[in-house]
Amino acid sequence: MTGVPGSSRFSPWSGGVLLVALLLSIPVLVVVGYLFEPAGEVWRHLAQTVLKDYVLNSLLLMVGVAIGVLALGVSTAWLTSMCQFPGRALFEWALLLPMAIPAYIIAYTYTGLFDFAGPVQSALRSWTGWGYGDYWFPEIRSLGGAALMLSLVLYPYVYLLARAAFLSQSICVLDVSRTLGNGPWRSFFSVALPMARPAIVAGLSLALMETLADYGTVQYFGVSTFTTGIFRTWFGLNNAAAAAQLAAILLLAVFALIVLERGSRRQARYHHTTQRHQALNRFQLDWRQAGLALLICCGALLFGFLLPAGQLLWWALTTAEENLDARFLSLIGHSLLLAGGASLLALLLALFLGYGKRLHGSWPVTLAVRAAGMGYAIPGTVIAVGVMIPFAAFDNALDQWVRDHLGWSSGLLLSGTLVALLFAYLVRFLAVSLQTVEAGLGKIRPTLDEVARSLGTGSGEIVRRVHIPLLKGSLMTALLLVFVDVLKELPATLILRPFNYNTLAVRAYELASDERLADASYASLAIVMVGILPVILLSRSITRSRHAATA
Amino acid sequence: MPQQLEVINAGVSYGAQPVVRGVSFELARGEIGCLLGPSGCGKTSLLRAIAGFEPLSEGEILLHGRSVSRPGSTLAPEKRRVGMVFQDFALYPHLTVAQNVAFGLRGLKGRLQKKRVDELLELVDLGGRQKDYPHQLSGGQQQRVALIRAMAPRPDILLLDEPFSGLDIELREQVARQVRTILKQEEATALLVTHDQLEAFALADVIGVLGEGRLRQWDSGYDLYHKPGDRFVADFIGQGVMVPGRVTADGCVETAIGCLRGLFMQEVEAGQRVELLLRPDDVIHDDSSSFRLEVVDKVFQGAEYLYTLRLHDGSDILCLVQSHHDHAIGEAIGVRLQVEHPVTFPLQSSGNN
Amino acid sequence: MSIQRLFVHLVLMIALAFPLAASAEGEVNLYSARKENLIKPLLDRFTEETGITVNLVTGKADALLQRLQSEGRNTPADLLITTDAGRLHRAKKAGVTQAVESAVLNKQVPSSFRDPEGHWFGLSLRARPILYVKERVDPATLSSYEALADPKWKGRICIRSSNNIYNQSLVASLIAADSLQATEKWAEGLVKNFARPPKGGDRDQIKAAAAGICDIAIANTYYLAGMLTSKDAAQREAAGKLAVYWPNQSGRGAHVNVSGASLTRAAKNRDNAIKLLEFLVGDEAQSWYAETNGEYPVRSDVPASELLGSWGSFKMDTLNLARLGELNPEAVRLMDRAGWK
Repeated sequence: MTGVPGSSRFSPWSGGVLLVALLLSIPVLVVVGYLFEPAGEVWRHLAQTVLKDYVLNSLLLMVGVAIGVLALGVSTAWLTSMCQFPGRALFEWALLLPMAIPAYIIAYTYTGLFDFAGPVQSALRSWTGWGYGDYWFPEIRSLGGAALMLSLVLYPYVYLLARAAFLSQSICVLDVSRTLGNGPWRSFFSVALPMARPAIVAGLSLALMETLADYGTVQYFGVSTFTTGIFRTWFGLNNAAAAAQLAAILLLAVFALIVLERGSRRQARYHHTTQRHQALNRFQLDWRQAGLALLICCGALLFGFLLPAGQLLWWALTTAEENLDARFLSLIGHSLLLAGGASLLALLLALFLGYGKRLHGSWPVTLAVRAAGMGYAIPGTVIAVGVMIPFAAFDNALDQWVRDHLGWSSGLLLSGTLVALLFAYLVRFLAVSLQTVEAGLGKIRPTLDEVARSLGTGSGEIVRRVHIPLLKGSLMTALLLVFVDVLKELPATLILRPFNYNTLAVRAYELASDERLADASYASLAIVMVGILPVILLSRSITRSRHAATA
Repeated sequence: MPQQLEVINAGVSYGAQPVVRGVSFELARGEIGCLLGPSGCGKTSLLRAIAGFEPLSEGEILLHGRSVSRPGSTLAPEKRRVGMVFQDFALYPHLTVAQNVAFGLRGLKGRLQKKRVDELLELVDLGGRQKDYPHQLSGGQQQRVALIRAMAPRPDILLLDEPFSGLDIELREQVARQVRTILKQEEATALLVTHDQLEAFALADVIGVLGEGRLRQWDSGYDLYHKPGDRFVADFIGQGVMVPGRVTADGCVETAIGCLRGLFMQEVEAGQRVELLLRPDDVIHDDSSSFRLEVVDKVFQGAEYLYTLRLHDGSDILCLVQSHHDHAIGEAIGVRLQVEHPVTFPLQSSGNN
Repeated sequence: MSIQRLFVHLVLMIALAFPLAASAEGEVNLYSARKENLIKPLLDRFTEETGITVNLVTGKADALLQRLQSEGRNTPADLLITTDAGRLHRAKKAGVTQAVESAVLNKQVPSSFRDPEGHWFGLSLRARPILYVKERVDPATLSSYEALADPKWKGRICIRSSNNIYNQSLVASLIAADSLQATEKWAEGLVKNFARPPKGGDRDQIKAAAAGICDIAIANTYYLAGMLTSKDAAQREAAGKLAVYWPNQSGRGAHVNVSGASLTRAAKNRDNAIKLLEFLVGDEAQSWYAETNGEYPVRSDVPASELLGSWGSFKMDTLNLARLGELNPEAVRLMDRAGWK
């Protein structure tokens, strides 16, 4: 490297970034490639019958989830970061727990609890003597119910990012607002909220991308969305081309979402003009306000975690038929291994791409980095197929070449191995670690690098002595978020895993899809428990990074 | 013995856009220099080129006789032995004050390192704050930590980029004088970049005024004020007005306030129209003078009033008067001129070149 | 720095723990759409008896088929097991299966439950009868699937979403029995009789009927069996309120589908794979399906379990199941048009 970073000339690094981004875009490109394949008259059929429903339901679901995650995420983030009330320290980390519960599992548990035949309604009927049709009860398996389920497990994304933003806000700007005659509530809406907007929007876009990609919940609730439409077209109508075209349209929607999010960031720069932060002086709530705060936080925790986890535990203790034998332990081992491996790889790649963009931020590099994060909103099955087809094509082409030239068969090198599965995880979840790492890198002012260099420190040493310590919080976050996501991931795992290689999510799915919800509780509970530890670590690392981040 | 810093005909460009052109100057060991100019004049680019963060598009930079920058060849900043203090201080939030100061002390280990750190902290009155984190310090304290961090490895030259702009205005001059004392105690060679001339006067031995990418004058503060090399410097440094005049046959400049003998910065001919720089302290208030001018504006500056007086041809001059001479606007006061070497420039339709 | 050391350890551990190698020679590799717990015990028994190891990947049938197609001649899979004949038919059409000539298989599996050319063989039967609430429905008012479109059932029927393959097959069988137009009209009538928009699985329909939302549920028998043998008292109680009615007994018979298996075209362990197929239609395996999962044996000479026996014997639709696969896309479109969610 020359002594001048930021020179836009081609470097090996930006070449590497482009290559990695291209590799990661392959599955997306495979899907988009289907746009040019004729899908026959299926499209007319779809347009005449169900397409309107798919689009409308997907949009309504997104609106519902957006409202849900914003209401839950922002309010809890504000309360735990800016207000003082009993139990605040506990809620700080506990509010992240719903993250550990896969959306399809919370859907199963809520159905078990609140369905007509479930304990809640049955109890209601036995008390009152009512029968079917005598009373109204909210239908859990509906569009609204799906939005609620997804909101309950996705709000932590907004909570996480909004909280970090609130914590890093200088209290001075709030005080200024107070002196200008705004009460605490007005100050919140006119100052704190707009300043945290980029973080909130980033969290929202993660939640919405997950919503678009969700299949398990909406399928179980009988809500036809774009994603269920893709599968119906593929499996039911046996038309892969039309299914891929639907997926490509979904991709366009995601792309629009990303552009929107970037746009909202660019319009205003929300840097703090002062580097002086005062210690947070939390608002002391009176008993009524504290009661309300407790109610909100307890509500989120109860409905997002305690209730579903409790139901799982109840099932596990009473009715489940599952042996905690060596085979079950191997499920845990596999899940841990995959989640650990994928999160590490995703972190390394995110660092590589993030640094590439920081050091050589030319437009092709920036675009490539964006493209590498596209997979997040694509249903796992679609990504899996997008991985399977090119990997198998590569293996078969190589095999053909070896047969022709060397006279033996190399068989399948990558297909059906964990390499293919890990690759699919990277495509699907890189966006999560990339976003976190980029945000962390963005906070390291260039002068921090320059001062180190003027003090005789080389690039490698700068990374070790300056960046890693400063990024520690972000790196932890990236690692843990992907870990939990992979732990919960189902469709790609199901399709791409090697022989005799099951995970907790696969086990839970197989039993649940066989309508043995109670039996699925062991595996589900194991996912939740394995997921809780990283979530707690995550929250701690964020709280700690607050102390170092302000200077 | 080579100079500590030699800048020879240096130029810096961003893409095709030159921001600094043909700048040459030198700094001797232990000397404190300053690049002074309005924002956008290229002074920070030049400083960054000396540090090694920007490549040169022309010319050469030598540090301690060693060529470090030429077009196409830029020695990395970490290999130059320069120290730099940034506008935002750039302290490491994850390190303590002592760790920040020791950051560049690679060769010094253990007790020796601690001794150097303690000694420097003592020097800037921060003894005992070793274990604090940067966010626990005030702005001025952070600034001093940034300074000694850059000085700790005893660099060949210390570069300071607008180091006082983050401080309160009333603190700046005082801190600048403190910094000068520290630099002199450490016998450091330093180059400062600023847009504030009072800062420059307080800190530097020698000052270069940059305007539109060119070095206009490289001189002491006194000479910049009293013998500005061109209109740009004259306008930028200090207060004053340009009074139009004409050169008479005997070398005197005929103006609305009389005929003055001056120091011609450029060759002029008899009959040529010129402008004459009149500083406020060139105009003396004297009640006994018969030359009376009307007060059109006045500004209280503590010890003095700065009066704006209207000449008969309608142009204005400035006059600095002790503040117990309080005159109302509209009043006519007596003045006389006390100009030793009035500086004149040939009249130009526009601009400063 | 501890975080860095932790990093290195993690990387090493994970790198060492990843199995990359495929299976060894002679082992049978199986892609199965049957869930692990509904196939693995049989495979373990097979290994015990023959010493042949079986490697298993489970998944959704279409995804497994896609995987088979992509992998082409290098696929490690020797066998594909699905839970409906339509998918096996699709696999045959896609050219990834091969014909098997086995005297055992041809003798044991009735001809309507295997491919005429030997590309696939049924292993177990899943029947989809009408379940009715004993308290509220007189079985004499029931007759056929077709009759469920009658307005007298308005608001009384529970059935799951048309996304489900069992419903797609059922509708395909109706199309095969009559015409597209007649079936579409039937579907429209049936949708009008729904007690609620389709949601949940088959067990949910049974629960809904037991709870009084509807009087009739359409579900596969093994779900009812699973509930009746559940550890959960509530499930047993709910299932106990319903009885099985075998429809169309005077006509073509009740709708059945199979779970079945194909030998892949690229199978490298052909002989052992056929041994496994023959084991799966053997006495032990056949009665296991009935005892463990409430499915009917594909062989008429193997008795169904006591529970299945209690629902009586019935006449099955003998339509060759390959036809269901062919008609499947047509059925889905028809349900789309009829507004069957």
